[in-house]
Amino acid sequence: MSAEQAAPSYRRQTRPPPWRDVRVLRVAGQALFLVLIAWALWFLFTTLLTNLRALSLPTSFDYLEQPTRVDIRDTDFNPSQPVKDALAVGLLNTVRVAAVGIVIATVLGTVIGIARLSRNWLVRRAAALYVELLRNVPVLVIIIFLYTAVMLRLPPISEALEIAGLVVFSNRGLNVPWGDGVGNVGAFTVALLVVAALAIAVARWRTRRSDATGEPSHGFLYGLGVLVAGVVVAYFALGQPVAFTAPVLDNRRVTGGIGLGPEYAALLFGLVLYTASHIAEIVRGSILAVPKGQTEAASAVGLTSWQRMRYVILPQSLRIAVPPLANQYLNLTKNSSLAVFIGYFDLTRITQQAIANGNPAPQAILVLMGCYLALSLTIALFSNMANRRLALKGSR
Amino acid sequence: MTAGPTGTATLEPLPPPEADTGAAARLGPRRWVRENLFSSPLDSVLTVIFGLLLAYVVYRGLRFALVSGRWEIIRVNLTNFAIGRFPREQVPRLWAAIFVAAAGIGLGSGMAASAGPTSRPVDTLRRLAPLAVLIVVLLSLARTPTPALLTLCGVAVLVGAHFLGRRLPARLARRVHWVYLGTVLAIFVVLTQFGGVAWNAWGGLLLTLFLAVAGIALSFPIGVLLALGRRSSFPAVRVVCVGYIELIRGVPLITLLFMAGFALGFFLPVGVPRPGLVTRALVAFVAFTAAYVAEIVRGGLQGVSSGQVEAAQAIGLSPVKTTRLIVLPQALRNVIPALVGQFISLFKDTSLVAFLAVLEILSVAQLVTQQDDFRGQSLQAEALVFVSFVYWTFCYAMSRASQRLERRLAVGER
Repeated sequence: MSAEQAAPSYRRQTRPPPWRDVRVLRVAGQALFLVLIAWALWFLFTTLLTNLRALSLPTSFDYLEQPTRVDIRDTDFNPSQPVKDALAVGLLNTVRVAAVGIVIATVLGTVIGIARLSRNWLVRRAAALYVELLRNVPVLVIIIFLYTAVMLRLPPISEALEIAGLVVFSNRGLNVPWGDGVGNVGAFTVALLVVAALAIAVARWRTRRSDATGEPSHGFLYGLGVLVAGVVVAYFALGQPVAFTAPVLDNRRVTGGIGLGPEYAALLFGLVLYTASHIAEIVRGSILAVPKGQTEAASAVGLTSWQRMRYVILPQSLRIAVPPLANQYLNLTKNSSLAVFIGYFDLTRITQQAIANGNPAPQAILVLMGCYLALSLTIALFSNMANRRLALKGSR
Repeated sequence: MTAGPTGTATLEPLPPPEADTGAAARLGPRRWVRENLFSSPLDSVLTVIFGLLLAYVVYRGLRFALVSGRWEIIRVNLTNFAIGRFPREQVPRLWAAIFVAAAGIGLGSGMAASAGPTSRPVDTLRRLAPLAVLIVVLLSLARTPTPALLTLCGVAVLVGAHFLGRRLPARLARRVHWVYLGTVLAIFVVLTQFGGVAWNAWGGLLLTLFLAVAGIALSFPIGVLLALGRRSSFPAVRVVCVGYIELIRGVPLITLLFMAGFALGFFLPVGVPRPGLVTRALVAFVAFTAAYVAEIVRGGLQGVSSGQVEAAQAIGLSPVKTTRLIVLPQALRNVIPALVGQFISLFKDTSLVAFLAVLEILSVAQLVTQQDDFRGQSLQAEALVFVSFVYWTFCYAMSRASQRLERRLAVGER
């Protein structure tokens, strides 16, 4: 195209007729393409309207304001509340399982991934066995297995299992220790955020000091110290706003702690076990992808094996691992929609119930897709931020 | 190493470190145990803990498989697991299809072996081991010897066709993809045409395989077009393709199955017959997988150096010819392992159609536990473990094949 601009001026006079002019054809072709797409969408839209009217279903999104008539178990949700409130409950439940699942899956996956590189033959083999077993089975089968063959076959509440007075197992789910807000939780949350910011600031100051003077930084230890001290001080200064209790089995009832229903537990652990096997492969691959020369160079300048890992290998492997990890987080969040198979009230399940109760399916599914799209975009946003922070200076 | 800059005495160079792989082979059993299991106190503790853990898991697994598992439910329902509600009087067609498949695969692999690098028979057997185990387990669960005899015939056909394929002239051996394509078409014709069974009546493992194969085959051309569109120089095309790909990749597959199951009818004009549930599921799979295939192919397209395009332009190829003859062949070759990976994930995702009350293998597993003979006996574990085993063997075999392909394709690189 630039050659054309530089061409001698006589070419302008012999400009081809419009039907053979590339510039005209390009614009015309794209316009035609857009018209075709728009026509197809318009056709689908009008057919949809016709069909909805023929079945005397609403053609707008007003159904969101109608009563749900869905009873959501284990909540104080009232079936006369509008559909959009039910969807909010579902979104919260989806986020609850996805966020907790991402944290546990990351920890478990990292441990297994590192175990696959262990010098111990048995540890290496055990980790490989885990990965190969779990990775090659559909996550849905794992979830249904955990629900029907594990959770529902735990002993009834009258014979519930107690482990170390901390966890209670029964076919009504797991009960684990938890803290209940009894005082000024809001102030405590703010205090926690302030303490966390302070800890990060102290760690940064130690690093700068270390860079300036060469004395050991111990940034992590200092930060951790500030964090622990701050949390303890805030906890007691605000009059113990959170009461920690362990579940206690008391004549067919569990008091204290927090109960995870069998659906939640099955979904959470199914997603965690499956995703951890994928994360383990990512962790292993990204550590192996750091060139061997880096390890050798680190040894040559006298770093200990911990320093070698912490300052040379991990920062580089993290850069490789972030995009695929974010992909796994996305997958876990999207796979949480499999809740619909075991009856955990997430977004998808509530949408399904809403459709079963006579709400218009096309709109309900569009709203559902929109919610997941928003969740995906949020995760993608964080992943891009992490990527930019970790990217090599000067690259892109 | 000559005199150092500080003038200190020259050191003798150390011998090079022993290569890890070579040394491991030469270690005696006692040294091997010490180095690999008890190299430090922590290591010993780990070995003991993991040894006990593994022993327990293996013990429980074996006990379940051989002693405590009540496999009668699988034995009785083996046909249901394999083909669902496929009419029983049409089963001979299935065997015919299996023979056609055996002949096609044998012929194709024979032709490929004569054209390309050969692998040792031991390696081939090891690669096929998971599938062989699956077939043996399935046959051992069968209650009549007929399937075993027919399978033996199938294996004979496979081996025969393989050696026939090796004898074919090299000129024909290059056309191996036509053999595979023809095999797929022939299987399809045998099953559905001339009084056969439409796929909406298929079920079990047959349906699982059909959805996965048809899903990837149909989404492949769409995915390639989307990938080309995403890299097109036309902004309008680019925007539409990017929009589609990102939209689909941002939502779970189940929402598309919802659409196909509950809402597809709303988008069809009145009077158009509503497609069957399997067809709807297939539409959802294709729409979903195409977006992922597009991203994989885009990766391949980005890997083709711009010099290739410039060279093609220099010898006067049109843009279409450049793409078809120069860019796509190189791009697609590089993404074959990733496409196999996508196929595996599609294969696993077919379990989701259980949601549409389509009788694929997972929904069979859930339904058989509610039969009169087995209800209330808590046989879910047996049914689901069996299904997991079927999924596992296929996925494991394919993932091994994809790793091998990856290594093989990497050999010619750079």
